[in-house]
This record gives sequence, C-alpha cells and structure tokens, in this order.
Amino acid sequence: MSLKVSKPSSGRQIFSSKIAAITVWTITILWTIPTFGLLVTSFRTGDEIYASGWWSAFSNPKFTLQNYKEVFLGGASESLSDGILPYFVNSIVITLPATIFPIIIATMAAYGLAWVKFKGSDFIFFTIFALQIVPLQMSLVPLLQLFTGGAHIGSVTIFPALGIAGDFAGIWLPHTMFAMPLAIYLLHNFIASLPRELMEAAHVDGANHFLIFRKIVIPLSVPGIAAIAIFQFLWVWNDLLVALTFAGGTEEVAPINAKLASLVGQYGSSWTTLTAGAFITISIPLVVFFSLQRYFVRGLTAGSVK
Amino acid sequence: MEGFFTASLSKFGSVASAIAIFFIVLGSIFYIAGKFNGKKARYIAITIFVGPALALLAIGVVIPGIQTILFSFRDAEGVKFIGFDNYIWMFQDPYILITMRNTFLWLLVAPLFTTALGLLLAVALNQMRREAIPKSLLFAPMAISFVGASVIWKFLYEYRSGDTQIGLLNAIWTFFGGEPVNWMLSKPLNTFLLMVILVWTQMGFAMVILSAGIKAVPSDLTEAAALDGASGSTLFRYITFPMVKTTIVVVLATQVVGALKLFDIVETMTGGNFGTNVLANEMFSRIFVQYDQGKGSAIAVLLFIFVTPILIFNIRSILKERANK
Repeated sequence: MSLKVSKPSSGRQIFSSKIAAITVWTITILWTIPTFGLLVTSFRTGDEIYASGWWSAFSNPKFTLQNYKEVFLGGASESLSDGILPYFVNSIVITLPATIFPIIIATMAAYGLAWVKFKGSDFIFFTIFALQIVPLQMSLVPLLQLFTGGAHIGSVTIFPALGIAGDFAGIWLPHTMFAMPLAIYLLHNFIASLPRELMEAAHVDGANHFLIFRKIVIPLSVPGIAAIAIFQFLWVWNDLLVALTFAGGTEEVAPINAKLASLVGQYGSSWTTLTAGAFITISIPLVVFFSLQRYFVRGLTAGSVK
Repeated sequence: MEGFFTASLSKFGSVASAIAIFFIVLGSIFYIAGKFNGKKARYIAITIFVGPALALLAIGVVIPGIQTILFSFRDAEGVKFIGFDNYIWMFQDPYILITMRNTFLWLLVAPLFTTALGLLLAVALNQMRREAIPKSLLFAPMAISFVGASVIWKFLYEYRSGDTQIGLLNAIWTFFGGEPVNWMLSKPLNTFLLMVILVWTQMGFAMVILSAGIKAVPSDLTEAAALDGASGSTLFRYITFPMVKTTIVVVLATQVVGALKLFDIVETMTGGNFGTNVLANEMFSRIFVQYDQGKGSAIAVLLFIFVTPILIFNIRSILKERANK
C-alpha cells in the first residue's frame, strides 16, 4: 500500500485515478460535442452548412454572422419586429415575475408552516409535498377554462372571468401556481433549520412575525432563496407546455422557446436560422447557469441528499 | 424597427408595474397586519403567510385536478356523462396502446441510463483532482430547454440521401461503410434516439446529486474497508453503493416522474409521428388539436395513476425521516 499522504492511496479507490480521469474526460467530450456542433454551424454560411459537415469547417475557416442577422431581422423584411427579438423580450417579461412572485409567496408559506406552527400545519406541509409530482397535465384545461370563463354556481359567480388568457398575467399566474409545491418544500427544509434561539430571542424583544420574516428569515435564507430562484428561472425560461397552453403562439406574448419549437416544426426552416435561433434561446440559461452554478448545486443537493 | 422598441418598452413597463404593485400590496398588508396584538395577531399571521400559497394551490392544482378527473368520465365536449368509456377506449385503441408502451419504455430505460451514467461519473469524479471543469460541462445541458436540446440533436441525427452527410451520426455511420439512415423514421430505434436527448440533459443532475451523496460517505468507513483489503468492485459493492442507495432511489424516482411528464422532446423531434408518441404528448394533442376533452382528461388521469406509487413512497420516506428526528 502506498504511504504517500498527499495522494489518496489506490487501495481506497474503486478504480485508479487514471482510469477515472480518462472516463470522465471521454464522456465530457462526448457530452459537449453536440452543443459545440450547433455553435459552429450557426456561424457558417447556408451553402457551407449543406455542402459539408461542421467538423470540416476548421480546415477551411469561413465564418459569418449572417445567420444571426437573419434571425434578428426576420429575413427579407429587415425589421426587428419580424425577427426573434420580440420573443426574446417576451421571455424576459414572462420569466421575471414568474420567478419573483412564486419565490416570495413560497418563502412566506414556508415560514408560516415552519415557525408559526398551528393545528394542521404538518398536514398541510405533507399535502404540499405530495402535490409536487402531480403532472402539470392534470390542471391545464380546467385552469384555462377558469381564466376565460370564470367559475359559477348557478347564476352566482364565485370566481370572475379574469380575461387574462393570452395575456402576460395569464402566464405568470399558472407558473406561480405550479411552482408552489417544490418551492415551498425546498424552502421549508431551509427555513425550518434556522436556529430556534434566534427566533425566540426576537419574540422576547417584542418583534412580530412580519418583522421577524423581513429582518431575520429573508436575510438568513438568501442562499436557499437564490438556489430556488435560479431553478425557477431556468424552468420558466425553458418551459414549453405552459407557454403553448396559456400564451398561444403570438408575437405579443409567446416566449422564445415556443418560437423555436414552431420554427422546428415549420416546413422549409433551414439550419441557418434554426442553429442561430437555438443558440440565442439557450444562451441566457447557459450564462445564468455557469455564473450561478454554485448556488444552483447547493439548492439541488439540499433538497435530495439527506 | 420603431414598432419593436415601442412594443418592448410597453412590455417592460407592464412587468415593472406588476412587480411594483406586488410589493406595494405585500408591504401594505404586512404593515397593517403588524399592528395587531395578542391571540388575534397569530391567526392573522397564519392567514397572511400561508393563505396565498394555499389559495394558489387550490385554484391552480387541486380543484383543476379534481375537475380533470370528472371530465375524464364525460364526452368530448365535457357535457354528457359516459362512465368509463374513455378508459375502455384507451385500453382498446391500438394507437393508444402503442403510445402507452412507448411511455413505459421511457419510464424504464431513460431513468436507468441517466442514473447509471450519473453514478459512474460521480464515482469517477470523486477520484479526480480537478473535477470542476468536467463537472460543470457535464451538468450544463441541464440548463438547456428540451426544445433547444432537440434542435441540437436533430442536427446530429440529420439525414440526407447521397454522399455528403452533415449530421454527425450519419457521417460516422457512413464512414464505417453504412448506408445513410433516416434515423427518425426507423422504428423502434427512433424512440431510443429520442431518449438519448433526455439522458443527455438529465445525466448531470443525477451526477451532481450522487456526487454529493458519495462525498457524504464517512471517510473512516472507506479507510477501514481499505485496511481490511477491500478495493475496486468490492469497495463499491459493500461500502459506496449501500451508503448512497437512498440517494440513488431519490434520483431514480425524480427521473421517472420527469420521463412520465415528458412532452417537449417528442413534440419537437417527431410531433409524435413514426411510432414515437408518448402519453403526455397524446394528451396535449387530444385536447388542443382534436378538441376531445374527455379522452385527453382520461390520459391525464392515467399519468397521475402512474405516479401514485412514487407519491406513496415519497410520503412514507418523509414520515420515516420525521419519526427519526
């Protein structure tokens, strides 16, 4: 057995470090090639894309920004309104409130369930936990009908027709609703583990729940909140099902991901616009992911590793 | 050009005002509610903290879920009660049966590969010095939408008759002497090629969670086993694997639920054609393309029935965990 202290001895390992490194790097390269191919292709001219594979682009480098120009300016009309940018704006407009609203409401609920214990609070927590895996598909149609028609018992309206289907509010609201179970569950784990002494001391000092929530719970939960916010951001930005159901495909409200999906389905879409469009769509989540990865990983592992 | 800027400006305006209104309303409620004292204050606090979330869950998830169950016993327009007809139809229609079989394949194969690969990488990464870069590259596809991932892989699976292949898979295939294949049309291989996309996006998730699980295995345990002469597969079988078994189950369960709800990849890659359809996609097209609410709802209920074993398992494990505290 090796006596070196600095390096873990091979006896304790499942396979040698060399094999581990080779395995990891081989799979990493395999995992990166598809995205890399898309990126390279998005910078090639239409003729080149169809004349040879992207891997041969390096022997005779001829790159262009034409595809991006075309995607932004909507081809022949040369107008930003006909390009992909309005959908990009929609995505931002959808994602910000659909991240902020649920996170705050879920943080409040998590605090209420963890620290203002009441009869039935455990039952409510279990129910919320269980709702986590109810397929989204279960609620789509009735919810859409509620938004367009309201709810009535006989002639009495118990829920007004909000008329927000096809409006931004009509996308924020379902996202906020569907985010509740997972967000409350993860935040509850986090908030319930805050030190009890701190809460009790604050109560002794005469602080009420609202003050404690603002001055103690929120500041101390920032890492947890950040992790879940990133998760929710990625989820909303990348969503297709809610967008298709509640936004339709119009330029006024549809997000970029739905636009990309319709580009793929369109007959005659070429790889020039598809590759550039796809790369624009995935760029924002990738940037968010790479810059905030640490928080994201912490949030994920907090929820699943005991 | 100007149209775009004015339109965007008004959109951003509506976001800013929505967020502002949200915080103003919340602030005022907190301010007013904070004025109360005594026993009443407690009830007010409970209502304000937990009430909004419960209302959202009731209106957005619970009530619609129950309505969907009710709709599944009605006809296409949701008017006439037709008993179990929609369910009987599901188990008799050959197309739905194929779709069901595909969904089962997704549930069985994709989570298994995702978790196995994730475990392999988590173990290997644990033995590497500089794990940050490969880890983050392997994890990155998770940030890519299923639609984006589908475009990436559609390009990789691209087929052209003739000599030049621009899709990587066909290029490799023809390089080794094969005839170019239209992968998306070759049953049943196409379903598995679609699963590759899901595995590609989700493997990083499994890897990160399992990696954290492996790191949490106490090192004295592995050291003691090593002193007793354990190494290689013995070490994995008797120490690492039993210690991360619970984490593996959690990851598998998450993946199964994810695979069951999956719809974007199939919709984008094949539109559910060529024998690749899955229940989640069929449910969407029944309701929004064919306007058959009854059949669509019945499929949604079926999806829900499929997740109930995992639901029960989850609740049991959280109850057990509570009891241990």
